[in-house]
Amino acid sequence: MNAIIISAILGVVLMFSGIFISNKATVRSIAIAGMFLLLLANLAEQYGHGFFSVNTRDMLVFNRFGLLINSIAYGSTFLYLLVSARDIEKVGINHAEYFALIFFILSGVAIVTSFNTLLMLFLGIEIISIPLYILTGSDKRNLKSNEAALKYFLMGSFSTGIMLMGIALLYGAKGSFNMNFMAGAINPERNFWFITGLLLLLISMSFKVSAAPFHFWTPDVYDGAPTVFTSFMATVVKAAVFVAFIRLYDAAFTESHPTWKLTLSFITAATLFIGNITAVFQQSVKRMLAYSSIAQAGFMMFALFSHNDLSREGIVLYAFGYSLATIGIFAVLARMKDYTFDGFNGLARREPILAATTTIFLLSLAGIPLTIGFFAKYYMLASAIKTGADTWLVIFAILCAAVSVYYYFRVIQSMYFKDGEAETEEINPAFRWVLVAMAALVILLGIFPNMLLQYLYF
Amino acid sequence: MVPVLLILIPLIAGLALFAVKGEAVAKSTALFATIATFAVTLLGLSVWNDAAHLTFNESWIGALNSRFHFELDGMSKLLTLLTTLGFPLILLSTWNNRYANANKFYALMLLSQAGMLGVFLSMDALLFYFFWELALIPVYFLCSQWGGERRIAVTFKFFIYTFLGSLFMLIGLIMLYNKAGGSFALADFYKLKMTSGEEVMIFWMLFVAFAVKMPIFPFHTWQPDTYEQSPTAVTMVLSGIMVKMGVFGVLRWLTPVVPVASYLYGDTVTWMAIIGMIYASLIAMQQDDLKRLVAYSSIAHIGLMVVGIFATNTSGMQGAMIQMFNHGVNIIGLWILVNAIEQKFGTRKMSELGGLAQKAPVMTILLVIVALANIALPLTNAFIGEFMMFNGVLGSTVTKYNVAFAVTAGLTIILAAVYTLRMIQRVCYGNTNELTEQATDISLNVKLSLAVIVVAIILVGVFPKPMLELTSGVSELILGRMNLK
Repeated sequence: MNAIIISAILGVVLMFSGIFISNKATVRSIAIAGMFLLLLANLAEQYGHGFFSVNTRDMLVFNRFGLLINSIAYGSTFLYLLVSARDIEKVGINHAEYFALIFFILSGVAIVTSFNTLLMLFLGIEIISIPLYILTGSDKRNLKSNEAALKYFLMGSFSTGIMLMGIALLYGAKGSFNMNFMAGAINPERNFWFITGLLLLLISMSFKVSAAPFHFWTPDVYDGAPTVFTSFMATVVKAAVFVAFIRLYDAAFTESHPTWKLTLSFITAATLFIGNITAVFQQSVKRMLAYSSIAQAGFMMFALFSHNDLSREGIVLYAFGYSLATIGIFAVLARMKDYTFDGFNGLARREPILAATTTIFLLSLAGIPLTIGFFAKYYMLASAIKTGADTWLVIFAILCAAVSVYYYFRVIQSMYFKDGEAETEEINPAFRWVLVAMAALVILLGIFPNMLLQYLYF
Repeated sequence: MVPVLLILIPLIAGLALFAVKGEAVAKSTALFATIATFAVTLLGLSVWNDAAHLTFNESWIGALNSRFHFELDGMSKLLTLLTTLGFPLILLSTWNNRYANANKFYALMLLSQAGMLGVFLSMDALLFYFFWELALIPVYFLCSQWGGERRIAVTFKFFIYTFLGSLFMLIGLIMLYNKAGGSFALADFYKLKMTSGEEVMIFWMLFVAFAVKMPIFPFHTWQPDTYEQSPTAVTMVLSGIMVKMGVFGVLRWLTPVVPVASYLYGDTVTWMAIIGMIYASLIAMQQDDLKRLVAYSSIAHIGLMVVGIFATNTSGMQGAMIQMFNHGVNIIGLWILVNAIEQKFGTRKMSELGGLAQKAPVMTILLVIVALANIALPLTNAFIGEFMMFNGVLGSTVTKYNVAFAVTAGLTIILAAVYTLRMIQRVCYGNTNELTEQATDISLNVKLSLAVIVVAIILVGVFPKPMLELTSGVSELILGRMNLK
């Protein structure tokens, strides 16, 4: 409960600070300090210190998994603000509002990681989505950004409609929004409305996590949105929505898991395939990262597909590892003058620290050992192997992972082995240090993943 | 303690080198670190030769039940010796080579040494996989940054091939982990009972990774290009030591773990290796570039090791084990000479060389000795290994093609003699030309490193007993697991 309430309050505080404080640095400091506070409050709740006692009437349930995911989301956002806060200010004139919107999104994140009724799921998803539509279009002078926002809004509204329809059908079949009633009672195999409702929910959630074939909005929106918000959308938000998906699946789909398994394996395979293959053909690093985020979603889909303890642990590692690496890369990207692969040529000579940290992030995204990305992928594959069947999907996934090496390493090649004059904006030392700290974290958790996983069981 | 030191010295020295400025400092630090690891190896083989010193076993990732478990048994002792002896020789013989950003070059070299030692020492599958990749990544950067003209594309191909192979291996290891009830320990893998279907699945998953690394036909296409384009010091690492990771993997992680599948597909694999051997030897005969010639000859020699292993008897396996060491020593020797020639004349083309015997007699003598060792002349080290392997293949009881295998594989001995002697002839004899007219003999550091290699060649060739004793225990263990003892 700490997280939901405090993030909402902080959102309001920042909104007002935009009215009363004209100094950008002050607003930024408030945002970063607030973020740190929020992280601490959530950690406190993880250790059993809830500051608020609100009777949620069983609509929200706070468990270890949800709280850990919150901590990961807030920790990632904290790092995100440290490396990207200045870029947020550059997007437009309403800088305080952007920070406020981020806090509102985080409030939604806390709701979707703890929902216990479909109503709360819907509210959480919408609280996340609407600020995102605004952030996508926040660069008002840029036509691409406007187009992306409109596209995202229209597509998002459709998926919201589909989700509502699904929830309504489920309510009709079960007579309750509560997740505890979802399982049991009616034999899910036989009830047409129940199955249709679940199918609609599956579709809308697949849309939200940009799983194929509902991924079409992703590259355009990620490309059109200001770079600094793309990294937030692609990491923290996506991971949180995935967790919502998993919670929903746990509660509602488990009994009918065999029925959905084929559908899920199709979605997983298609997401992996489309994400990886299209990423190969991109000329802009930003678009490549957009497609690769689809590919990474394909790996996260394993968490739903295999549905066991390993996948649960894996999604924790995946959420954090993927967020760290992607936030880091986008922070560097936001400072590049040229977003194409050639724009990175020769970066290693001009900015050795930037290049080295970017390399570590890319290695992590590709899933090379000694980085947290390796263990994230390891857990996902291991969870699928543990289910015993469907070795074909695992083999397909590793073929796709090998493809992904191609486009991630193209950036490394550009930075280290090609001659060129990669141009960056001016970079302050603090930015470098945060990047180094993030890279160190990527490696540290890549050697000792237990440091994170133990919080699931402490 | 010994295994930890072996890995930590190059690892820490390597990381430290990133911060060091100045070529001379970097060079000497690297050489010093590699000599220190060699000293530790010697101590491990002599003074600290007991279980307490040679094993290290601590918990690592509790949730996965994976452990930091290193151990030196006979085979790993042999390969550790090769690795730790090879690196100082490589650094010494390329002492005069110039590299831009020398500190990074040497840092990455040391990191790859740490990775390879980790591979040879790991007794835990996840740890093994970790070090397997740790050895690969520095090599990727080494080749891409300091290699020849086409280095980027070539290294990229190499990286994707091996990475894909590694991923398949990872899947195989996870399957074994599940079968072993959640344990990555090699000892637990050895106890497994699986159906032949499961074994076959795991066999191919692991085999692809090892086959790419070795490389055997048809997974070899990355190899000649990569050897050619890499800086020669890295080529030495790749061909002298890194390819042994593949052979080692087959011996330690494949045949004893899935013995039934190894029987079932032993013949297939052997045929693949033999096709590769003949094919590589024929191509080697056509080469004009010294580096490519040695690269192709390496495919043939590694192929024979695979044939020896899948003969599945003491002679074949022990032969393959000591041949890993011998081939490493010999091929590093050949590369040292190729590097010396390239540094001196700026070319590796045999058609542009000739008559070196008149101008550089010491080099010629050493080259002839190393080359003769490479074609396994009696009294040289490789003869022992090849003899044992052929003996093993002929006496193999697990296949009905043993004679056919021995005869076709034996053809490569003749082919090897043809291309090696032709190489000596074209480089060292005949008349001098404009380029070689002004030649001088090789420098002291090259002489020194070649002297060590020649001593190793003759020592093992005349007195192979210690090596055979070192490897007999391991081969008994593997064969015992395969129910042949």
